[in-house]
This record gives sequence, C-alpha cells and structure tokens, in this order.
Amino acid sequence: MDFQLNEEHLGVQKMVRDFANKEVVPVIKEWDRKQEMAPFILPRMAELGILGINIPVRYGGQGFDYISLGLVCEELEAADSTLRVIMSVHMGLNSMALLQWGTEEQKQKFLVPQAKGEKYACFGLTEPGAGSDVAGMQGTAKRDGDEYVLNGEKMWISLASKAHHALVVLRTNADAQDPHDGLSAFMMELDREGVKTGDIHGKMGVRAGSTGWISMQDVRVPVENRLGEEGEGFKIAMSCLDNGRYTVGAGATGLIRASLEASLKYANDRKAFGREIGKFQLVQQKIAYMVQSYEAARLLYLRAGWMKNQGQRNTRETSLAKWFATDASFDAASEAIQVHGAYGYSDEYDVERYLRNSKGAVIYEGTSEVHQLMQAGYALGYREDSPLRCEMPAYDPEFWQAEA
Amino acid sequence: MKIAVFVKQVPDSAATLSVKGGQPDWGDAPLVINPWDEYAVEAALLLAEANGGEVTAFSFGSESAADALKHALAMGVSDAVLLSDPALSGADAGVAARVMAAAIAKLSEVDLAVFGKQAIDSDTGLAPSMTARLLGWPSLTLVAAVDALDASAKTIKVQRSMEEGRQVVQGKLPAVISVVKDYGEPRYPSFMGIRKASKAEIPTWSMADLGIEAPTSRVTWPEIMAPPMREVSNEIIEGSSPEEIAGKLADKIIAEGVL
Ligand SMILES: Cc1cc2nc3c(=O)[nH]c(=O)nc-3n(C[C@H](O)[C@H](O)[C@H](O)COP(=O)(O)OP(=O)(O)OC[C@H]3O[C@@H](n4cnc5c(N)ncnc54)[C@H](O)[C@@H]3O)c2cc1C
Ligand SMILES: Cc1cc2nc3c(=O)[nH]c(=O)nc-3n(C[C@H](O)[C@H](O)[C@H](O)COP(=O)(O)OP(=O)(O)OC[C@H]3O[C@@H](n4cnc5c(N)ncnc54)[C@H](O)[C@@H]3O)c2cc1C
Repeated sequence: MDFQLNEEHLGVQKMVRDFANKEVVPVIKEWDRKQEMAPFILPRMAELGILGINIPVRYGGQGFDYISLGLVCEELEAADSTLRVIMSVHMGLNSMALLQWGTEEQKQKFLVPQAKGEKYACFGLTEPGAGSDVAGMQGTAKRDGDEYVLNGEKMWISLASKAHHALVVLRTNADAQDPHDGLSAFMMELDREGVKTGDIHGKMGVRAGSTGWISMQDVRVPVENRLGEEGEGFKIAMSCLDNGRYTVGAGATGLIRASLEASLKYANDRKAFGREIGKFQLVQQKIAYMVQSYEAARLLYLRAGWMKNQGQRNTRETSLAKWFATDASFDAASEAIQVHGAYGYSDEYDVERYLRNSKGAVIYEGTSEVHQLMQAGYALGYREDSPLRCEMPAYDPEFWQAEA
Repeated sequence: MKIAVFVKQVPDSAATLSVKGGQPDWGDAPLVINPWDEYAVEAALLLAEANGGEVTAFSFGSESAADALKHALAMGVSDAVLLSDPALSGADAGVAARVMAAAIAKLSEVDLAVFGKQAIDSDTGLAPSMTARLLGWPSLTLVAAVDALDASAKTIKVQRSMEEGRQVVQGKLPAVISVVKDYGEPRYPSFMGIRKASKAEIPTWSMADLGIEAPTSRVTWPEIMAPPMREVSNEIIEGSSPEEIAGKLADKIIAEGVL
C-alpha cells in the first residue's frame, strides 16, 4: 500500500491551488453576490488545461490520472464550489462518458474539443418531475430515419446556459417492460434548432455558478449522436454518476478543508474571556471533528480514484465517498460559522458561503438518502454491480500520454 | 539565443524567521522557489519566445534545490542543472557568484544570464552584479522591461526600475540582468511542464565538473541575534468627518508624547 502522492500529483495540486488563490478567491464573493458566473472562469480553466486534465493527450487532454482529477476538484472547491461543479459536469458526467462509451468518431467530434476546452459540456438527466426517480422521466427521443427527434424539459442543469454540448438521457421506448430499459443517451449540441436554455435564479448556493434548464422541442439529432446502444441510457447515466460523484466527493473534501482552515485562523485570532477562543475545549471539539472528517473524506475519495486508476468497478466506494464528504462538508461549514460567531453569519467572511454551497451537493448526484439506500443495499446483499458493456478504462500512462 | 536563468530554493515567504542556537531558523516551513526568481524565469522564457532560443535553469545549493529547478522546468525551461558540491556548505554570495560564473562559462556561448532581484532568505541582491563582474559582462540590475534585444547585433536596451521612475540603459551582449516584479506575473507551470519536470533527471555539476577549485567564503556569520520584540498596538480612530478624526488623532499624538 502506498499513501504517497507522486510528483505529478503534487505539481497539479500546487498549480491549481495557486490559480484558485490568485485569480478566484479575491473576486468570488462579488460574483456570488451578483449571482453570476465570472466570465473569465471557463476560458481560463480551458486555457490552463484544467478542463481536460485526465483525458488522454490523443483526445486533446492533459493525460493525467483519475487521482489528479480528484486533487483538482479538492483544490477548486476549497476556493468555490462553482468551479468544481464545472469539473463535475464537463468532465465527470460528460467527457468521461465519451471516453467510456463513445465511438472513435464521437470522441473526435465531441471529446477532443471538450478536452481542449474549446467546447463546454453539461449533463441533462433531471426533469421538473423526475430527480431521484430517473426512470420516471418524461422526455422522449423518437427515431425518424437517420435521425432522432428529441422532446422534453431538463431542469436543474449545471452549465445549461454556458455549455455547447449536453449529454441528455431520454425515453426511446415507452413500452419497455422495465422502464429503466426504455432510456437512451444522446450527445446534443445546444445550438440545434428547437433547443432553448436558461438560468435559474434565487438559488441558496453555488450562486457564482450557472444552474439552469434545457427545453427541447422537436430537436433533430443524427443517429451518430446516440451514445451507446438504444436502451442503454440508464446504465450510461449511472456510469456517468460514478465519475460525477467522484468529483463531488473530492470537491466536498476541499470544502471541509476550507472550513477547517478558516476556523483555525479565526480561533487563533479571536479572543473571548481573555484568551484565544481556540483555547476552549468546545471550540477544539469542532476543530477536531473537522480534522477527522477532512482526513476520512480524503482517504475515501483517494481510494475511489485509485480504483479508477486500476480499472476496478468503484460504484460502491464512490457513492460512499460522495455521501460521507458532502454530509461532512455541510456539518463542517455550519460549525465553521459557529466558530466565527456573529461574523460567520455575515458575508464579510467566507464560511456562510461555504454552508450555502455545501447543501447542493447533499442533493445532486444522488441525495444522501439515495446513497444510504445504496450502501445498505450492498451491505445486505440486495444490490450488486453487473459488468458493463464498456467499462471505464484503467489509467495506462503510456496510452494516456502518447500523442496518438 | 542561449539564456541562463538562476533560481534558488528558499523557505516559504509566509514562514516565520527566528534565531536558534545563533543560527537563523525557519521552523518546518516548506521550501519553495525564490519568488523573485519566478519573475526571472518568466522573463527568460518571454525573451526566448520573442527572440528564439533556449533557456537553461541553474540552481546553486543542496540537493533539495532540485525542486526549484523542477518548478522552472514545469514553467517551460528546456534544461536544468544543479550546481552542488559537499565542499560548499555555508557559501557566501562571492562563492555563489564564482560557481554561477563557472557554470555560465561551461554552458558556453550564453547571451544572457537572468537573475531575480534578490533572494528572500539572505536578501543581499549581490549575485547578479558579482557574477557579471567575474564574467566581465555588463550588469543591468532591477530590470522592469526589455525594450529591445538584438541577438545578431548583440545589443540590449532595458528599463531599470528606480525609486524616482524608470532609467533606460543600453548594453552589449552577453550581459547579466536581474529582474523586478514589474516584468510581469510569472506563468503557472503547465500540466505538460509538470509531467516533464516530474520525469526529469536533473544533472549535478560539481566543482570538478566546472573545472574550478571550491572557492572559500570571505563572509561568515559568527552569531545571529534577533532584535528585541517591539510592542505594537493598533487602534482605529473613528469619527463622523475627516476633520473630527484628524482632531482626535492630533490629540492622541500629543497625549502619547510622540511629538
Ligand atoms: C445546484 C444543483 C445542480 C444540479 N445539477 C444537475 C445537473 O447538472 N444535471 C442533472 O441532471 N441534475 C442536476 N441537478 C438535479 C439533481 O440531480 C436532483 O435535484 C437530485 O437528483 C434530486 O432530485 P429531485 O430534486 O427531483 O428530488 P426528489 O427526487 O424529488 O427527492 C426529494 C426528497 O425525497 C427523497 N427521496 C426520493 N426518493 C427516495 C427514496 N426512494 N427513498 C428515500 N428518499 C427518497 C430524496 O432523498 C429527497 O430528500 C442539480 C441540482 C442542484 C440543486
Ligand atoms: C442575526 C444576529 C442578531 C444579533 N442581534 C443582537 C442584538 O440585538 N443585541 C446584541 O447585543 N447582540 C446581538 N447579536 C450578537 C450575538 O449576541 C453574538 O454574536 C453572540 O453573543 C456571540 O458573540 P460573538 O459573535 O462575538 O462570538 P464569540 O463570543 O467571539 O464566539 C466565537 C466562538 O467561540 C465560542 N466561545 C466563546 N467563548 C467560549 C467559551 N468560554 N467556551 C467555549 N466556547 C466559547 C462561541 O461559542 C463561538 O463558537 C446578534 C447576532 C446575530 C448573528
């Protein structure tokens, strides 16, 4: 067993931390208040190569491993959750699905520009009437010759109004005996006729990010845009979540770290009853819990990343990492506010933003309740993962780093 | 063009410096590339990009200095060499300059040697000028911008940053320059650079490789003392108008006997 990050990992971690601290942290509060995404964020992340970090060089990426992706997410979310959300949808839920399920033509057409950061990508699964209950979705795709005709509404879609490409899951077979088998996945360009997108305002958190909706009215896409086989949509969506949840778990770990760091600083500065509040055992207990949850969350996501590198199925481990880290990040942020007293309740400090940002991740990519059902299901033997037609490839440095 | 850039490994600028047993002590602060030298690497890379050519980074120090070189590699320099020899611990600026001048000579046909303004640990700022003197090259220090560089005519024109403003200076190549912050924010390492750096085997040139005798230090630090701590307290003076605040401030100054 080896707990050591290698030189590449450390280099990536430091570079992304420097970027976040220098360019994002100083301005993020302002954009959070405005409820807008700072316009420089996506192009800058593209330019720096972050949007293609773990995609093979031959497909326009930087050729780093899955652990690097986790480290990037931890660093980004330590600055602001909205940056990690970009990685969750653009990379975890979309680009990695292309790597796993895409044909060579689809990789060239969609993955290469996404990994280079020339095109941004999002993921449309949730609908106004169906979230956790994926198979309850209403949106449809009907085959018409060499095309599919897409209709429906996707809701709560991160980057809906910023992305160029969306991976959408829709119903292709209304008569399937098991409704899960009636779904299919499509890559849809968001500038196609019949597509409309917009942002949702008034969110509790991730206010410096973009969360919106996609409406599809008789949108025609060529058959070549279908990802995987007809009827494979649910399996593909779940495999996307194995990667999206990984980014969320790693990111939430960064949020715990940020809450801890803010609390440490404040507890060393603030005096009450004649001493630094860090001297009080009840404050120490809060700090101790944050340390505990940070270390545990970190180990959980790094294990999931390691399994991804090995090419091992990690649905269970990733779900556990995501569930634990997101719940713990909400608690850590809440306790960080407590440590800050009334100042923590004001947006003069960052911790109230951490709390607002943390809540979303307890809901998306599987609510905490869904993860509890999954974990109990595995433990009780009600649930096991059957092999997929296309497994996520193990990290092979030679393949990943070669030009072609 | 052939450019040499010099980088030093120093304790993180956020570290607190204390004196322990008559020696400076930075606690367990992480070692980082000297922040000024990041500007030097940026300048060297920009000049190489604009004029064609290659940049070689050198660091004089112990084995841990290889990390500073890895940072330079990750930023984009083509090669990196560690200048290190067990005979040279506790070297002064003069020794460092002799070693660096010898490295420039060994690399041969160097057109420009680029340094940061100073190192944040020893803070002398002597290395660039001393190295230039040893090589017999012009020394253009505190450079904020290079206005013109003609590699074939072997000339360089720079703006030096002075307290009063900018001073425009022209010199002949080969030359030594030291750069200040105004030169431009250093780039982050690229991901490809990070990979290259992590795979790089950095060669070490010993004094024997440089063909010189280990120089001896002329300066020693027999004892180091921390100045006595000063008690400082801050107070923010409030008031409804600048006049009121100024009045209160004046009263305080008089009451404290400052004036
Ligand atoms: C900021 C943000 C960004 C998002 N980004 C995206 C995106 O990019 N793409 C996308 O497709 N979606 C996105 N979503 C949507 C998200 O995935 C859904 O909100 C999530 O799946 C939950 O679905 P729901 O909101 O419909 O809640 P519901 O499914 O209606 O759940 C409501 C409550 O019931 C509970 N519940 C439901 N079923 C069960 C059960 N069987 N047992 C026990 N409890 C249950 C849930 O845990 C929850 O507490 C985003 C959401 C947010 C908040
Ligand atoms: C919305 C809002 C409205 C308010 N309205 C009023 C008002 O109308 N009038 C008014 O006078 N005040 C008001 N307050 C101020 C409020 O009473 C204080 O915020 C509260 O007393 C805590 O003080 P503090 O914020 O200075 O935190 P601190 O006292 O600095 O505490 C910081 C942290 O240290 C902990 N701590 C401090 N001492 C100890 C100890 N001995 N042992 C263990 N832990 C300790 C605290 O529990 C907290 O977690 C308001 C605050 C808010 C947020």
